[in-house]
Amino acid sequence: MAIRERLSGNEAIATALKQVNPDVVAAYPITPSTEVVHYFSQYVADGKVGTEFVAVESEHSAMSACIGAQAAGARSATVTSACGLALMWELLYVASGHRLPVTLAVINRALSGPININNDHSDSMGARDSGWIQLYSENNQEAYDNYLMSLRIAEHPDVLLPTMTCQDGFITSHAIENIELLETEAVQKFVGKYKPERHLIDGKPMSVGPYDTVQFYFEHQYQRAQAMLGAKKVILDVFKEFGELTGRKYGLFEEYKMEDAERAIVVLNSSAGTAKYVCDKLRANGEKVGVIKLRVFRPFPMAEIAKALAHVKAVAVMDKCDSFSAVGGPVFADVRSACYDLENRPLMINYIYGLGGRDVPVENFETVYAALSEVIKTGKADNFYRHVGVRGV
Amino acid sequence: MAYNLKQECCKPERFVGGHRLCAGCGAGVAVRGVLRALNPEDKSVSGVATSCLEVSSVLYPFTAWNEGYIHSAFENVAATIAGCEAAYKAKKRKGEIKDSYKFTAFAGDGGTYDIGLQSLSGALERGHDMVYVCYDNEAYMNTGLQRSSATPKFAEVSTSPVGTEIPGKMQHKKDLTEIVVGHGVPYVAQTTFTANFKDLHEKAYKAHYTPGANFLNILAPCPRGWRYAPEDLMKICKLAVDTCVWPLYEVVEGEWKLTYEPKNKLPIEDYIKEQGRFRHLFSMPNGEEMIADLQAHVDKKWEKLLKKCK
Repeated sequence: MAIRERLSGNEAIATALKQVNPDVVAAYPITPSTEVVHYFSQYVADGKVGTEFVAVESEHSAMSACIGAQAAGARSATVTSACGLALMWELLYVASGHRLPVTLAVINRALSGPININNDHSDSMGARDSGWIQLYSENNQEAYDNYLMSLRIAEHPDVLLPTMTCQDGFITSHAIENIELLETEAVQKFVGKYKPERHLIDGKPMSVGPYDTVQFYFEHQYQRAQAMLGAKKVILDVFKEFGELTGRKYGLFEEYKMEDAERAIVVLNSSAGTAKYVCDKLRANGEKVGVIKLRVFRPFPMAEIAKALAHVKAVAVMDKCDSFSAVGGPVFADVRSACYDLENRPLMINYIYGLGGRDVPVENFETVYAALSEVIKTGKADNFYRHVGVRGV
Repeated sequence: MAYNLKQECCKPERFVGGHRLCAGCGAGVAVRGVLRALNPEDKSVSGVATSCLEVSSVLYPFTAWNEGYIHSAFENVAATIAGCEAAYKAKKRKGEIKDSYKFTAFAGDGGTYDIGLQSLSGALERGHDMVYVCYDNEAYMNTGLQRSSATPKFAEVSTSPVGTEIPGKMQHKKDLTEIVVGHGVPYVAQTTFTANFKDLHEKAYKAHYTPGANFLNILAPCPRGWRYAPEDLMKICKLAVDTCVWPLYEVVEGEWKLTYEPKNKLPIEDYIKEQGRFRHLFSMPNGEEMIADLQAHVDKKWEKLLKKCK
C-alpha cells in the first residue's frame, strides 16, 4: 500500500534515504540542502537507520568519504548544493572514474559570485560532464522517485556510474506538497542489496585508483564513456519496473501536448510546471504549443529529443544557467546539436531565465511562446541567445 | 614479547618490492615499517595521497600493495580512509564482515602539512579508528622539490631557490605534530628510522592498536631533494635525531614522553653538512650567522620539548 503524505522536497529525499538505509552517509551543511541532513541525522540519533553518518568538515571530504566508503563495499550517499557541489568537483570525476555508484541529491542553487542562496542550475549544469548520470525533478514526488531509481541505475553492473538527482532549491526543496511514498519494505525490495563484484574489505588484495599511464588511461576513459552510452537502456528498464510498482510511468523526458505542437519549450525541473500551465492556457485558445520536460540530462537522450522535435516549427530551450560561452546555455547546446541531423530542423532559440532565484512567472513563458510565433513568422532564429526576466533587456 | 627485528621481518610483507621508489628514499621504508607492526591476523586497507609513494607503487596494472589500497586525490586521504573505516563499521555492525581490518592513511608533508591539513583535522576530530602517517621529506618531491610548510629554514628547494638576494626558504618548519596534539587524539608520535627500527615499530604498534584516530610523523629523507648519497639514508636519520632537529617522542592521552635523548647533542652542522640542500650555508659570507640561527631554533624547540616531557 502506498503511503499518502505531505512533504517538502528535502523531506522527500530524507525519507527516501531513510527507507533505503544506506551504509554510509557523509554530508556537510549548505543551504538549501542542509535540511536533508537535519532530518537524516535525527533518524541516526533515533536509531531509525543503521547508517554510519559521517559529519565531515567540508563537501570535499563528504565526496572523499563517499568514495572511500563505496570502494569499501558500502552503499554511500550525500547531498549538497551550489558551492558545496563546486567544492566536490575534483572528486566527482574521481567517483565516476573509479566507477563507484555513489548517489548524490543536489538541491540546485546558484553558484557564487556574488553569493546567492537561491535557485538556478549553475551548480549541477557545471558538473554535467563529470561522468555522473543526472536526473532532474519537477516536484517532490519526482525527487523521491528519481532518487530511488537512481540507486538502481548507478549500481547496475552495466553502468557503475554515480548519479545526481536534482531538484530546485527552495522552490521544491522547501515547498510542502502531497506525495505518495512507497512502503519501506517495497523500497528495500526495489533497491535490493548492494553487492559489488569486488571491494576493499572483501578479504582479498585490491588496489583502487592506480596511477593510470599513457598506455591505459585512454582505454579507461573510453570504458567510462561506453558506460554512459549503455546507461540509457538500464535507465529505461528501471523506469519501467518502477512504473509497474507505483503506477508512475517515467521516460527520458516528458512530452506534454507535443503531438501536433508547432511551437515547443524545452525545460527541466520546477519551471516545467509553469510552462505546462501556460501551454494549457494557449491551447485553450487553439494555439498549437507543447512542452518537453527533460528528466535525464546525462546521458543526453539525443536521438529521442530529435525525434520529439522533428515535426515542430520552432523551439525555445530554457536554461536556468548561463554557460558564458557567448552562444547560450548548456541545455540549448545539446538540444540544438540533437536536431542537426533532422531533415527539417526546427528554428531554435535559447532563453536564459530565473538566475539566482529570480521569480519565473507565467508571463515569462507567455513571452517565450510569443517570441516563437515571431520566429516562425520571420523564419529567422539568428538572434538565438536571449534572456527573459532580466531588467534592461 | 620483546621487539626482535629479525622476527618482525619474517612476517609476510604487506608492501612488497618491485615498486619504483628511488634507492635511498624513506617513503617505502616508512610504509613497510608501519604495516609490519600490524598483527598478522589483521587485514589492512591503506589510503595514499597523491605523492611519490602513490605514483611509484601502483602503476596500472601493477601494485606493490598486497592488501587493500586506495588513492583518490591529493588533499583528501584522511577523508577517504575515514570513508573506508565508516564502511567497515557499518558493515561490521550489520554482520557482513567477519575479518578484522585496520585503516591507515599515508601522505607526504605536502599532502599533510599543507593541502591535506583540513581533511586531516576533520578526521582526527571525528575520531575515526585509523592511523594517519605523514612521511615527511620536507618538500614537494613528487612535483620537483618545491617548498612546503615542512621545509626547514634556509633549505634550497625549487620554489625558494638560493639567489643573490634570498638564501633559500626564509621560514622555519611548521610544527605539525604539535598541531595534531592540539586535537586531543589518543596517540601522537614523532619517529624516524633508527638502527633497528624499534622506535618506529613500537610507535606504529601503539598507533594501530590504540582505539581512535592516531598520528605518526615520520621523518623520511629524500636523496634527490636533500642531496645525499642513497646509502646514507640511515646516517641522515641518525644525525637528525642526535642533533635534536627531529626529536623522537610520543604524546599518549596528552602526556608528553621523550623516547630517545641523545647522550651528546650534536651541533646542527653535523646534520646539514651531509645534505646538498644546505650546501650554500658553508660558502655564503653570512653562512655562520645563518647556521647559528638554525641552531638557536633547534635549541629553543628542544628545551621546550624537554619541559613538556618532564
